Amino acid sequence: MTSQQPDNPANTSTPSASTGRRVVMDDVAIRRALMRITHEVLERCEDLERLYLVAIPNGGVPLARQLAVNFKQIADVDVIVGVLDTTLYRDDLNLKGERPLLRETEMPSAVDDRMVILVDDVAKTGRTIRAAMDALMDFGRPSSVQVVGLVDRGHRELPIKLDYVGKNVPTQVDEVVRMSGSDGRLEGELEVVVMPGEPQTAGEGR
Amino acid sequence: MSDSRIWIRGGRILDPAAERDELGDVLIEDGVIAAVGARLDASDAEVIDAKGAWIAPGFVDLHTHLREPGQEYKEDIASGGRSAVAGGFAAIACMANTQPVNDDPAMTDFIIDRAKQDSPARVYPVAAATRGLEGTVMTEMSALVDAGAVAFSDDGKTIMNGGVMRRILEYSRLVNAPVITHGEDCHLVANGVVNEGPVSTKLGLPGNPAVAEEVLVVRDLILAELTGAHLHVAHVSTRGAVAAIRQARERGVNVTAEAAPHHLTLTDEAVLGYNTNAKVAPPLRSMADVAACREGLVDGTIDAIATDHAPHAVHEKDLDFTEAPPGLIGFETAFPVVLDLVRGGELSPIELMRRMSTNPAKILKRPGGSLAVGAPADIAILDPEVSWTYDPIKGYSKSRNSPWAGQTMTGRATATIVGGRLVYDVERGMLYS
Amino acid sequence: MIGRDLLSIEDLDRADIERILDTADHMREVGKRVVKKVPTLRGRTIVNLFFESSTRTKASFEIAGKRLSADVINFSPSSSSLNKSESILDTARTLDAMDPDAVVVRHSVAGVPKQIADVLDAPVINAGDGAHEHPTQALLDLLTVRHEKGRIDGLTVAIVGDILHSRVARSNIYAFGKMGAEVRIAAPPPMIPAAVETLGVKAFTSLREAIDGADVVMALRIQNERLSGTYLPSVREYSATFGIDREKLKYAKDDVIVMHPGPVNRGVELSHDLTDHRPSVILDQVRNGVAIRMAVLYLFSGRRQENEQRVELGSTEKK
Repeated sequence: MTSQQPDNPANTSTPSASTGRRVVMDDVAIRRALMRITHEVLERCEDLERLYLVAIPNGGVPLARQLAVNFKQIADVDVIVGVLDTTLYRDDLNLKGERPLLRETEMPSAVDDRMVILVDDVAKTGRTIRAAMDALMDFGRPSSVQVVGLVDRGHRELPIKLDYVGKNVPTQVDEVVRMSGSDGRLEGELEVVVMPGEPQTAGEGR
Repeated sequence: MSDSRIWIRGGRILDPAAERDELGDVLIEDGVIAAVGARLDASDAEVIDAKGAWIAPGFVDLHTHLREPGQEYKEDIASGGRSAVAGGFAAIACMANTQPVNDDPAMTDFIIDRAKQDSPARVYPVAAATRGLEGTVMTEMSALVDAGAVAFSDDGKTIMNGGVMRRILEYSRLVNAPVITHGEDCHLVANGVVNEGPVSTKLGLPGNPAVAEEVLVVRDLILAELTGAHLHVAHVSTRGAVAAIRQARERGVNVTAEAAPHHLTLTDEAVLGYNTNAKVAPPLRSMADVAACREGLVDGTIDAIATDHAPHAVHEKDLDFTEAPPGLIGFETAFPVVLDLVRGGELSPIELMRRMSTNPAKILKRPGGSLAVGAPADIAILDPEVSWTYDPIKGYSKSRNSPWAGQTMTGRATATIVGGRLVYDVERGMLYS
Repeated sequence: MIGRDLLSIEDLDRADIERILDTADHMREVGKRVVKKVPTLRGRTIVNLFFESSTRTKASFEIAGKRLSADVINFSPSSSSLNKSESILDTARTLDAMDPDAVVVRHSVAGVPKQIADVLDAPVINAGDGAHEHPTQALLDLLTVRHEKGRIDGLTVAIVGDILHSRVARSNIYAFGKMGAEVRIAAPPPMIPAAVETLGVKAFTSLREAIDGADVVMALRIQNERLSGTYLPSVREYSATFGIDREKLKYAKDDVIVMHPGPVNRGVELSHDLTDHRPSVILDQVRNGVAIRMAVLYLFSGRRQENEQRVELGSTEKK
């Protein structure tokens, strides 16, 4: 069951006249969404000690870390955070002109018997989540796998669902949706923007 | 129309023997040159229009490998002869490293017979200096000269034993024939396949140092001086060898020398990319060596240009760089390649022709290199300006191993006459039967 | 890089090298997992064409390919004189007919990988050709130094041994040079190649001078054939003049690391205790070898033609 963020003025997308770029979630909205998701997880999950947040780089990393901070703050639980790059499990490697850059993977704990929560910033086709699940299975046998997506923009190509959603953002299929930091990197204040379509590049199509 | 009369009209006559360089005609009759001059008149003759072309004595190649008997798959006397006339060569001397070796009068006879039947170019056999090219026992020079050998050489190999070389040089005075030395000290060469220098270091291939040639050439020059024999140095490639030959000449040593078109124009950089068609012995050398060979050719230290035409089959050159046999084919590219020396202003056209025909003929003591009335009509008609692409597959040699394959060349032999017969022209191809 | 050949370090630029090293860093992590396999090159065919026998390098490439789920085929044409004459063209054509995604070639004569690459559509990875180059060895050496020192720029690297016959030396000279290190070589005079300065190194015949203040000392293997008296008089003399032990290392920096491509002739190039203990990082080199080879196979394998066709298709597909 997915939950919806009710529309509120703070979250109305603001088109930027010059580039067609619109911010669909600003930093405040992202923090609120993450806090709401933290509560939702706490509601559903009984055994917090078995939680394992697995971030899909790059966007999932600051989000998972923030969730861990939230869990500590609200429930006084130290939830483990791992990072799992899915690049080597992609199904489109041979459609690209160049092999995509690899990203960091660091899994501090085994996944066996854990309740894994995959954390990603933007979900679209579902292929990245599919790749993450394959990677996860190679690490062991989690007792369950759930998915947090900050933004669900639709256009699924695989039967993948998100268990926790920050915001549903309807988009054109060729638009680009990206989470970025205020200085271009994923640090400091974050925002999610929608931009007009560009030629397909490595990193797209998730 | 009588085909024993040929009238070559309106070309630039280049006769080094007569120091003649002027526009005019040449008339050939019954195998010899009947007249040379401006605006001859010859009715009833086959006409060759030489407007814009050079009329020169047919080239004489001191150094070729025809591979017959024994390796006819890569070349034979017939195909070699054809490739030769396609390059303007009227006469070629072939080396003895065949299978079996030409160290016997019967073999020399065989080659001469074959050539008479099948080759449009004259073929002069060079007999081995030692039996089986083994470098120990000298061959029967007198019998070989009687059979038609013009010189002696173990080319392909070097006579490493100084004592043996000395006796061979001494004995050669009996028959008055040159001893041709292939100077490469095999111990200094070791397994070298590329000139030792920055290129061999970069490619990671064993190097063949310039001193391997210099050491041997100097030895042979000293022995020639001692014995008074006529030493001819084959394929000079290093500045050290050029300098040594120059000094020896000044001392009055009876030495002549040749250089190949590739050593006059290509450096060891041609081997970059591991191109086995640029693998040759002695190897392509440095810029300084090439410059020294060019200077030597210009100042007369090096008397002649000789191709060292060395065919090898495609499957043989298609091996790794140490296994591929050294050698490249050279008849059909020689003229455009050495024309570089004329284009660069180092030699005048007549001086180039001297080195391609008059001097080699003199070294072999055979007729050739002259357009005098009464001389055998061996003539090359050459277009110095025409631009064409060299494709060895379309050439007349059975082999294709050339570093110039696919390149655009300027200058070409357009017709060749041997003994008064037009045997080749570029439009119609081979014309003899 | 897909479909490009990796024939030499000489042909790579610094950005290429950094890309390979960064990718290899991530591949190292795969080697630490319990399931040391990712599906990235699943079903791709990688051919190991090793004309020259080699257990280590071949095994390293094989493990690398298998960790990427590729099908690795080993071809070892025997080195009998009969087979030595099989033409490069024929070998390459036979291989091409099997549609490999990458061909890894090792040969005792320089230039063979290039000759094969000229004929093959699939990318060719040079696993060592004569005395010419051994690119993946130099790359793993760079990775090892990068881990130990955090950087390569400004380091002083001394390579000691039979430089003349060493492809490891040549590749490392280019590799460390391109990454900003100062490279020195030390060898007995007959083993210093002609015009070696043109490669961008300073040559020494004194070990002491060469390793003075060095951050990295790399010892090369002396092949037994060289000890026959032509290039060197004896093992004993080589070991005394160019062998590396703790005493001689005192001339280098205090935090110097010692490297060797292996296998080590103990007591000849390196003293016994140096071979097995710090500051030698030989085992790390081996570990990094698999990671580098995984990175290289990941980045380069795939046929050029197929890749172009697919990119065309890809542009009409929606993702």
